[in-house]
Amino acid sequence: MTNPAPSSAPALPVSLAANPVLSSWIRFSSDGHVTLSPGKVEIGQGIVTTLAQIAADELDVDFGRVQMVRASTAASPNEGVTSGSLSVQQSGRAIRQACAEIRQIFLTAASDQLGVGIDALEIKDGTISGPGNISTSYWELADKVSLDRKATPGAVPKQSAKRALAGSSVQRLDIPDKVFAQPRFIHDQALPGMLHGRVLRPELSGAKLADLSEDGARAVAGLVAIVRDGNFSGVISETEAGAEAALNMLRKGATWSPGETLPDENRLAEFLKAQPVESSVVDKKATAGAVEKKRTIRRQYTRPYIAHASIAPSCATAQWNGDRVHVWTHSQGVYLLRADLALVLKLPAENITVEHMEGAGCYGHNAADDVALDAVLLAKAAGGRPVRVLWSRADEMSHAPFGAAMAIEIEADLDAQGEIVDWRHSIWSNGHAARPGRAAQPALLAGTELATPFPRMISTNPPQANGGGGDRNSIPLYDFPSWQIDSHRLTTMPVRTSALRTLGAQGNVFAIESFLDEIAAERGEDPVAFRLRHLRDERAKDVIRAAAKRANWKPEKRAGTGYGIGFARYKNTGAYCAVIAEVEGAEDIRVKRLTLAVDVGEAINPDGVINQIEGGAIQATSWVLKERVRFDDKRITSTSWTDYPILRFSEVPEVVVELIQRPDSDPVGAGEAAHGPVTAAIANAVFDALEIRVRDLPITRERLIAAMELGA
Amino acid sequence: MPRIQFRLNGVETTVDADPDRSLLSILRGPLGMTGPHFGCGSGECGACNVIVGNHAVAACDTPAWSVAGKDITTIEGLGSAENPHPLQRAFIAEQALQCGYCISGILMSAAALLMQNPKPTGNDVKAALDRNLCRCGSHNRIVRAVLRAADEMASS
Repeated sequence: MTNPAPSSAPALPVSLAANPVLSSWIRFSSDGHVTLSPGKVEIGQGIVTTLAQIAADELDVDFGRVQMVRASTAASPNEGVTSGSLSVQQSGRAIRQACAEIRQIFLTAASDQLGVGIDALEIKDGTISGPGNISTSYWELADKVSLDRKATPGAVPKQSAKRALAGSSVQRLDIPDKVFAQPRFIHDQALPGMLHGRVLRPELSGAKLADLSEDGARAVAGLVAIVRDGNFSGVISETEAGAEAALNMLRKGATWSPGETLPDENRLAEFLKAQPVESSVVDKKATAGAVEKKRTIRRQYTRPYIAHASIAPSCATAQWNGDRVHVWTHSQGVYLLRADLALVLKLPAENITVEHMEGAGCYGHNAADDVALDAVLLAKAAGGRPVRVLWSRADEMSHAPFGAAMAIEIEADLDAQGEIVDWRHSIWSNGHAARPGRAAQPALLAGTELATPFPRMISTNPPQANGGGGDRNSIPLYDFPSWQIDSHRLTTMPVRTSALRTLGAQGNVFAIESFLDEIAAERGEDPVAFRLRHLRDERAKDVIRAAAKRANWKPEKRAGTGYGIGFARYKNTGAYCAVIAEVEGAEDIRVKRLTLAVDVGEAINPDGVINQIEGGAIQATSWVLKERVRFDDKRITSTSWTDYPILRFSEVPEVVVELIQRPDSDPVGAGEAAHGPVTAAIANAVFDALEIRVRDLPITRERLIAAMELGA
Repeated sequence: MPRIQFRLNGVETTVDADPDRSLLSILRGPLGMTGPHFGCGSGECGACNVIVGNHAVAACDTPAWSVAGKDITTIEGLGSAENPHPLQRAFIAEQALQCGYCISGILMSAAALLMQNPKPTGNDVKAALDRNLCRCGSHNRIVRAVLRAADEMASS
């Protein structure tokens, strides 16, 4: 037995500890390139560029020498899922640590070869040189130094001041291909002999395929096969147009059983509160002394189901070779998808290779994994040829998981001075995660449709230690003397939900920050001052002060214009973000300007951070003003862009971002920091403009009228 | 199958196709182009926009018969890495995208705008792009990039 390491010993970053072999991350080639192979994937957030920056910095090579490898279960480190704004934290730290050690390994090898001490050597663009013009390089040593060894915790990465690239806005590696239309997206992949597949899905929610006449589809030119397994059915064709035509005929030949009843879309809070739930106490803080409560105020806030609504429908390609299958996917987690495919196919995971390719913007657990199983199932009938499957716009808008609807109740006890002495926050919501690869049953849609079906996976919530789910950001950062936070997770799931950007944080921050605004307004206290007075964390106060200053808080009031603030630290452990929203309008609200201040610790690529924050702010504005999944009692009805409108160019606010650089603080992600604060800031600005408090999202004309009637 | 002729990125092109088939399906199918992207199939998102004559149209919603004899420009005909269009240079300079799936259609809407209005205002750009959807929230960068390209074209 070995003695446990003393607790003070340095530990490896989590991703590196899980994948310690250095060569699985980094390789050098004798022709002067570094190959970097992260387990995280590009989902439109620019992470691949940021990780390349980190490696180039730590190794002292020119950025242009770093070649990025797409994640694949064939060779990449297993970094789980690319989600939660954790890629810089997890992959970035692992790469920085691995590169620091690799740098030392090469310096040692160079020292041996050149016969001088390590301290006399320096590295510049991969060339390792010492006194008197002696030199070697990573490339020269590449074949002599083996990186097939495990990382050890001893290596110390450079100090922030010695990094040349971190903190500079390097241009993204993927953008030239995208503006010059070089095929990069999975949708544009053309493999030799590739066939096209389409899957038939019911319009009625949960309907079963009672009867299927295949005759019409069989008559379509180019048809290769019709596949049916229980309620799963689809077509394969030589051409994409042929697959579309055959699917149309198959749809005409299908008879469906009645489906399941959906809730009343206009009474979501009542529905959520009436369902069977699993309840838990998220957090409890007891007061030190007795406090006198004078009165209690209570408010309820809701948000609807929200669609991912990516511009591209989900797509995947699969190719069988005997009992082995290769899958191309835009999933967020290649290993997790592989695990679920293995469960459905009853095959060892080693028989399945899952390779990442870029898709359109990914904002969480969309249909990428579902369509991968569709492709695998159809490709079984393709005689070894690859089959590309693309979902329709309507299926993407109705069968992919949604972000979960939420009802949030907050009660505050106030003392005689109107100060908050106790705070109670209760959440009713479906779980916010039903991702693949984490359970004994698969989470993939077609798995529930097979003749021998797997049960529908009811979404759950990640633990608070991982940021929580429905309860994400429900624990106040404000120093109220006591509180209790309760989460009620539904154990039924008539509307399919899983992870969408921020999970529950958007709803919780909306509720907390709206409620605080209501209390501050009642007290006649400035909402910025009110927040600053209740915060102890200086980084939190700094972003609020910076946003307020940049927006000239509080600008003079003009008719029809309002200003509001929102603040959160994402997951209470990630990026700090404060927003001042300026809105105008009466019946239709227009967000004119959003002024944000953000602290992500060390911003490796400042423009990349700003791009993410701007994007998050605009997407959140879209959620707040327009978005709501629509349904009647039988089906999802918002299946097109007309029925599920999102923000357009003419409606987009000006977005001003101030980045507070903290090069000596650990870098954290930026992709989800803005959504909650922006949501609250807009709602608070609407109140400032119109004195109407909208507590049910989205803030549409009809909701404004409803809120006005409620207040009257 | 009827033959349909048009000029595609300056090249005389003939395809045998059902005249009701969508231009997008022909571009991506028999013509093997990957620049115009499928997004919705009903002309609502602009990811497949191409220029016919000097107007941006949704290729998914344009039947083949309607482009017979016309000039069609796709993103492939706009410029290349070796010989970029000012819009392409500007989109790189402004880092004007996140995922980029909508960008080939947006570039074509913007190129059509600049053909008709070489000195657009910010509001002109927003109006011209209003039928193009972007889900990542890159709108403001995109508008800046189009204005930057217009400036460059005006000064050259």
